[in-house]
Amino acid sequence: MDVYWAVAVRSFRRFATYRIATLSGAFTNTVFGFIFCGVYLTLWEQRPGLGGYDVSDALTFVWLQQGLLMPIGIFGASTTVELGERVRSGEIAVDLYRPTHLMIWWMSVDAGRAAFQLIARGGLPLLVGALVFDLNFPSSVLQWLAVVVALTFGVLVSFGIRYLVALSGFWINDSRGLEQLALVLSLFFSGTILPLVVFPGWIGEVARATPWAATLQVPIDVWLGRNPGGIGSALVFQLGWLVVLVLAGRLATVLATRRVVIHGG
Amino acid sequence: MLVTMWIRSSLAYPASFVMMLVASALITGTDFVAVLLIFSHISSFGGFTLGEMALLYATASMALGVADLITGSVERLGQRIRTGEFDVWLIRPVPAFLQAIADNFALRRLGRPVQALLVLVIALRAVEIDWTVAKGILLVVSLISGATIFGTIFVLGAAFQFISIDSAELTNSFTYGGQFLTQYPLSIFGKDIVRAVTFVVPLAFVNYYPVLYVLGKPAPLGLPSWIGLLAPVVAVAMIAVASLAWRGGLRRYRSTGS
Repeated sequence: MDVYWAVAVRSFRRFATYRIATLSGAFTNTVFGFIFCGVYLTLWEQRPGLGGYDVSDALTFVWLQQGLLMPIGIFGASTTVELGERVRSGEIAVDLYRPTHLMIWWMSVDAGRAAFQLIARGGLPLLVGALVFDLNFPSSVLQWLAVVVALTFGVLVSFGIRYLVALSGFWINDSRGLEQLALVLSLFFSGTILPLVVFPGWIGEVARATPWAATLQVPIDVWLGRNPGGIGSALVFQLGWLVVLVLAGRLATVLATRRVVIHGG
Repeated sequence: MLVTMWIRSSLAYPASFVMMLVASALITGTDFVAVLLIFSHISSFGGFTLGEMALLYATASMALGVADLITGSVERLGQRIRTGEFDVWLIRPVPAFLQAIADNFALRRLGRPVQALLVLVIALRAVEIDWTVAKGILLVVSLISGATIFGTIFVLGAAFQFISIDSAELTNSFTYGGQFLTQYPLSIFGKDIVRAVTFVVPLAFVNYYPVLYVLGKPAPLGLPSWIGLLAPVVAVAMIAVASLAWRGGLRRYRSTGS
């Protein structure tokens, strides 16, 4: 247990050194945030109450989304990208020699990264947004707690997906293609290009059931208090996908390890 | 010649290249999918119908896509300065600018222009346009001038990296942010923004004013209806500004002795 905590802390510290990149990134997020606000203000003005959101829900969605893109790893995260590269290059053998579980090791690295970026990248755009617009904040201690849980689950579900994609390099020659495909799916189904509540008809139903929905859309809805079916069922939904992904990850790790051993690694 | 080398290396693994190209097209195309989804709820956005929005989107995306393809690599300048590779470029008998452009030329960046072209073709067939010779020429010219304006923004961002090495991501707000902004009718963002992107950073001339002219719509802020025709003039002016900035940065770099 201590090992994984140490790994996470060091990962946090490592990402905390990227000060200028973090600030410039937060600046870009803020610019995009303002543009999204302009678009959504126009849309919600024409269709008030669209998707069960009012205008300040929609605006809050923008700033939360922009802030959470990096920590949750919607565009992928350098940690799992590094893992993917190590699998492709064969350096993963070194990781497998350690008396630690591969998945939990990299989960700890990712958790350290996410924790730092939640504060640095998550906080700044939200702060700017709150100063300029009238945003919705959670109203009770219980809701804040639910937000913390939902965000944790969101990061872990995202990691689960990225871990599987990274490990695909054991079987697929150039896993970068799968990385790109996962990116498209992530952009589309997480609520990044448009809140999932706005997706019409059956497209919306399907989108909201995917694991990507659990990474970004669900935590934001917990914050807004807008989960259809309530916060409880939302957290259960996230947990459900988390369990599936963890099991899949463990299976993939076992199969990958066996493959390395058989190939004489 | 450098560019041909990179192109050949991309095409060495054709299957992988095609996959990256398709992926790039899909990723950049998600912005248009968002527009389509928005229009499942409304029929007019900022006074633009879906077909007109598609035209706006296609021109913005094409302009950035071509600019990214040609000058996109220049944003790595800060990295090259830091690793010392830039100093190597200065020794070679080729202008540093050309080397910066050819550096890591990524043919897969064709993905964005390809999907933009698709949407453009669909948009032109979907919208009722009162075609004149001037409008036709302007549309074609605006794609070139739009790409040029984005290209000069890439170069200006790179020139700024002579002063602040790590500032590469700042340019993203103006380039990718600029494209995201100009996908939408600029009038929805309010008068101040329209003024800013007309007179300060001329993003409005990339596609908005030309498209307004082609569609026969009035320009905001009481500007004349032919303002779209000024797009190539603005592009040339931006080239002048960007080359001054690049040369200035380069001269300054030499005098501090790396």
